[in-house]
Amino acid sequence: MADTIPDPDNADAPLIVARGVRKHYGSIHAVDGVDLDIRSGELFGLIGHNGAGKSTMFKMMLGLIPATAGEIRIGGALVTGGDFRAVRRTVGYLPENVVLYDNLTGLETLGFFARLKGASLAEAVPTLERVGLAHAARRRVREYSKGMRQRLGFAQALLGKPRILFLDEPTTGLDPEAIRSFYAMLRQLKSEGVTMVITSHILAEIQERVDRLAIMSEGRIQATGTVQDLREQVDLPLWFTVRVAKPDFEAVRDALAGLPIDAVEANEDHVRVQCRREAKMAVIEALARLDGRVRDLTVREPSLEDVFFGFSD
Amino acid sequence: MEIAQIATIASKEFWDRIRNRWVLAVALVFTAFALVIAYFGAAQQGSVGFRSIDVTIASLVSLVIYLIPLIALVLGFDAIVGERERGSLDLLLSMPITRLELLLGKYFGLAAALTFSTVAGFGLVAVVLSASLDLNALFHYAGFMLSSVLLGCAFLSLAVMLSVFAADRTRASGLAIATWFFFVLVFDLLLLGALVVTGGQWGGDVFPYLLLANPADVFRILNIFSMNDIRTMYGLATVFPSALADPWLLGLVMLAWIALPLWIATWRFRK
Repeated sequence: MADTIPDPDNADAPLIVARGVRKHYGSIHAVDGVDLDIRSGELFGLIGHNGAGKSTMFKMMLGLIPATAGEIRIGGALVTGGDFRAVRRTVGYLPENVVLYDNLTGLETLGFFARLKGASLAEAVPTLERVGLAHAARRRVREYSKGMRQRLGFAQALLGKPRILFLDEPTTGLDPEAIRSFYAMLRQLKSEGVTMVITSHILAEIQERVDRLAIMSEGRIQATGTVQDLREQVDLPLWFTVRVAKPDFEAVRDALAGLPIDAVEANEDHVRVQCRREAKMAVIEALARLDGRVRDLTVREPSLEDVFFGFSD
Repeated sequence: MEIAQIATIASKEFWDRIRNRWVLAVALVFTAFALVIAYFGAAQQGSVGFRSIDVTIASLVSLVIYLIPLIALVLGFDAIVGERERGSLDLLLSMPITRLELLLGKYFGLAAALTFSTVAGFGLVAVVLSASLDLNALFHYAGFMLSSVLLGCAFLSLAVMLSVFAADRTRASGLAIATWFFFVLVFDLLLLGALVVTGGQWGGDVFPYLLLANPADVFRILNIFSMNDIRTMYGLATVFPSALADPWLLGLVMLAWIALPLWIATWRFRK
């Protein structure tokens, strides 16, 4: 196995490497042979159904539970090996539905976790400012709203200036504005070179934001790549919406005749055309020949949700 | 092992109990009971007021045997399972800390809170009674306080062990209550029952050793055996070999009762 582990001294080597990782609970194979490379500075998504194994994989990457077989390295060091403290000081973790201590203030909470992480206590105030909680620094956590608790949880993950952030369903329970500001913070961190691994059930939310992602199902990685890579791998059809006047519907059908079209649906003021990806450019050229009769044209690529179901079904 | 990590966890646990006034409440309970027992312990005999430290300690021992194990079990039963059930355990374990450090930090923090309230509660009574106590009496009373602290730490260790094994807080609290019933109420009855049923034919020789299998009994022997008047009153001298009544030996047994459950808890928690 060692020969498959990238050389950590190589600047281009992946920061997080999993090889042949398995986690079995008796006859249940929660994770069943996962290989994964996550590059430095990448925003990497891990998606899957409930029970797909992503939480177990997440916990193994954090070193919270040992793998039954295989190994996971961060920066070349085993996550559960003798260097585990050094590894964990480079990592920040935001659990799903983060639970903090109600009796502590925001500042005390960060002080507690800073001590555990070996981070400077002086980081607490600027970190609270960064997540927009400076005004609530001396309020007890029991008085925080759900969104404020989530931001405080994120603040503890940022202590010690981690190289890697593990974010498990980080936007659960946040309102749209809070979600937007959360992802703005992630963009800022990405620009600072922080590597992030994120899980989310809200696929529409992450499809435009992750650099690459892995789809997990039944304990295995079904596919890895950019959203576009995965679209191409799963080969789902595209949908064109061609906005034309009703008398021109037949002209659209005629223009598309002879092309590998899966379906054509006529609606009130538009025609919907379904085709394979390889026919995409031919369809556009054919519609362009209709001169000014096409008032508008949109192409809907398969969403991440379509891709996800394409792989997991 | 990093001591700083243990100290961070322990400090939080201790200050949590100071903040929520747990330490103050328990200390006041100990002070109130100790004062009542010291001044009104002989009311049934028609007199009130402080009589002797031996009688006061004997009465306090009977109280402490019920109270301290219960308080320690209540204090520690959710130390680990509570974090797990609330969902904060994963976050703690994602820090640069080992499971052993987390467990010891929890234990030492809770033990410090229990020790502080025990010493403050009973110590205040010693201050109040100091005018009536000579040096020897104070020494005995200090021994009683120390053994009370050890008793609390032993049951706290059992509680932390239960909190590692239990699947949820409800089961942990049930196990804690069952543990209290077994060691405080049932254990001695079982031994006595076995002796009576067999007409003293079975168990007579091992009886004193079996008492060491219960930290509450070790505490009782530790306090009673050191006071001549009280020893004869309890009849222990006739059944308990004096070699086993060495305070240092009993102290070691108590330390074993602290260490063993913690060791089992660590073994289980690491799995």
